[in-house]
Amino acid sequence: MDRRPMRSPLARAMGFGSAKDGVEHWWIQRVSAVALVPLTLWFVASIIAHTGNDYATFIVWLRTPLASILMILLLIALFYHTALGLQVVIEDYVHSGVKFAALVAVRLGCFSFAATGIVAALRIAIGG
Amino acid sequence: MSNQMAKRPRPRSPNIQIYRPQLTSVLSIVNRITGVVLSVCAIVLVVWLIAAATGPHTYAVVQGAIASWIGRIVLFGATFSFFLHLCGGIRHLVWDTVQGFELRSIYASGWAVVAASVVLTVAAWLTSLFAG
Repeated sequence: MDRRPMRSPLARAMGFGSAKDGVEHWWIQRVSAVALVPLTLWFVASIIAHTGNDYATFIVWLRTPLASILMILLLIALFYHTALGLQVVIEDYVHSGVKFAALVAVRLGCFSFAATGIVAALRIAIGG
Repeated sequence: MSNQMAKRPRPRSPNIQIYRPQLTSVLSIVNRITGVVLSVCAIVLVVWLIAAATGPHTYAVVQGAIASWIGRIVLFGATFSFFLHLCGGIRHLVWDTVQGFELRSIYASGWAVVAASVVLTVAAWLTSLFAG
């Protein structure tokens, strides 16, 4: 069996793979997961703490800088994680012509919902 | 060609339905299903934020829908899905450090995920009911 390496000596010396981003998807899913642990727990705890509160009290809380920042970070991490997760689900179960359209729709949808949520959070934070 | 295939069908690998469901396989698919459920919850979160940003009347409509009996049942399911996915996700993060792959550890962490999810869901709702 011919065991000559396919990679150039330079590529071997630099220690990189073919495109240097083979584990990109896996890695970002983990990073977003780690970010979501404190962010989602903060969100759930805050919602529980605000049970039964009226609109004004709730808005006062959401207008605080810490709540605004954490809410926006939550939206970014949540929809990034969602996009990556749903992509894998589609890749695993959808094998028809819909697959490409579904992948594009999930990616665009997640970015759109994230942007919409961030704008809503900002309007609450700095709006009248 | 088609005649030949009819005479001797190609061997097929067993489908998923052949296997007896086990804790490992059930938790694996549960992590996926709860992930998809939570994707829908993420959209609800955005709708809820839009309602809050729009004003007290729109917010009251959405809040009323959540506070209805159907809303509460859905929210309870969402809470359980969240804690299952959270605990299952932490289990995956531990596996990513190349820890806990012995069969005993896998079953121990699996039951821990189930127990922690039930306890956290009940605790969250009890706290919410007593706080509100």
